[in-house]
Amino acid sequence: MTAILIIGAGESGVRAAFALRGQGFDGTITLIGEEAALPYERPPLSKNPQAAPKAIRPASAYAEAGITLRLGARVSGIDPAARSVTLADGDCLTYDSLLLATGARARLFPGMAGCLTLRSDRDATAIQAQLRPRARIGIIGGGFIGLELAATARKAGAEVTVIEAAPRVLGRAVPQEIAARVADRHGAEGARLLTGADVAAADARRITLADGTALDFDAVIAGVGARPETALAEAAGITVDNGIVVDGQFRTSDPNIFAAGDCCNFQWRGTRIRLESWKAAQDQGAHVATAMLGGSDAYAKVPWFWSDQYDLTLQVAGLFDMGRPVRCRETGDDKTLVFQCDADGRLSAAAGIGPGNRIAKDLRIFEKLIERGARIDPHVLADPAENLKRQLKAA
Amino acid sequence: MADWIDACAATDIDEEDVIRFDHGGRTFVIIRDHEDNYYCTDGLCTHEDVHLEDGLVVENTIECPKHASIFNASSGEVETPPACENLHTYPTKVENGRVFVEI
Repeated sequence: MTAILIIGAGESGVRAAFALRGQGFDGTITLIGEEAALPYERPPLSKNPQAAPKAIRPASAYAEAGITLRLGARVSGIDPAARSVTLADGDCLTYDSLLLATGARARLFPGMAGCLTLRSDRDATAIQAQLRPRARIGIIGGGFIGLELAATARKAGAEVTVIEAAPRVLGRAVPQEIAARVADRHGAEGARLLTGADVAAADARRITLADGTALDFDAVIAGVGARPETALAEAAGITVDNGIVVDGQFRTSDPNIFAAGDCCNFQWRGTRIRLESWKAAQDQGAHVATAMLGGSDAYAKVPWFWSDQYDLTLQVAGLFDMGRPVRCRETGDDKTLVFQCDADGRLSAAAGIGPGNRIAKDLRIFEKLIERGARIDPHVLADPAENLKRQLKAA
Repeated sequence: MADWIDACAATDIDEEDVIRFDHGGRTFVIIRDHEDNYYCTDGLCTHEDVHLEDGLVVENTIECPKHASIFNASSGEVETPPACENLHTYPTKVENGRVFVEI
């Protein structure tokens, strides 16, 4: 019988396992996860850390689908020649196809030892324990994780300072028009944002800035990015370059080994990228399942992110080139929607922010237009009197 | 015993769109597809109870505005996770330009 092994029981690995069954694969599927908990969703950890972890699928679903879970199991090595994987407990499992869905781990820069980071449910529990009324919380990094934790900490009544090295928050993710609304809201909620502030050193209780200013806190959390989990791939001789390098079918340099999700570096519209994205992890998990069963379609899903802070939801589709101009769709209400076209005039990225889910429908249409490589006069997209749905039908 | 409830005018919903309908302390959505079929389902996504009224309707599917689960509006079945439970659907009919739902 054909055997598929999946290392990594996060969104990508779980989605791939169920998609393999959904597409009729009738061999064995073994999903190996390092964490002991039933695979769970990570996005709520920064938004709602007091809630119990939400399982991606109930335990019964794995049994019904015939997916063998090996949780709390660490993989110690892969032998591509023997097509086998060795676990830390000494077990050796053989495979016909192997999927690496190893994800990423929170990054810490040198000089930041002792800071809290967020990746797992255990990390969230440790952070949650610090979010008490009037507790002084220092957060390094004004990206999605840092800002979501800042909003969560404010809701818990903590005093929050976010320290960002760049001139503005969310500098990598969204244009200034969107970031300014986020920053304004944090200010209105009483969170302090220090931008253009380099951290020289930090530990569990203190952040020292490059100008010598020392700030004392009850807890310091670092949200300064993630690094892909590539150690197993590297040790097995698989090509790694800012992630495990894969082709359009998520195949690595070894023909029997695939990689998907946060750990992989893939081709998108002529450039190689690596994403840290819940949605991309799922989309790639579904795609790689098809590829492992012989599918040859190239991956074309548009990167998509969202963030919840206070009652605001922010969504981003595509990747912004911060060096190129953006346009606003002037909706004239409390939403802000911006978009960008590439040098060829194709819609390439869009982002929106507003209360609740007010921007969702428009953003989803923008996402579909980006996916289709639509070339639409930017004046039309900017004009709120123009129906976006009609543009989608015409694209 | 379920009753047929007069929910809205057929023209209250744009083609390929959705509105919210609250009745008897419960919340629903009424969806009009690309071929003028009308469907009624529970209003909240089965993944995280997000209201589907802000979701995008494409042909006869509706996508959750929050986490992008896609449901078939006619059968309520999940077409794309993260949701893993189907939506409940309710019989719907259009008479004299009014949409009736049996809930």
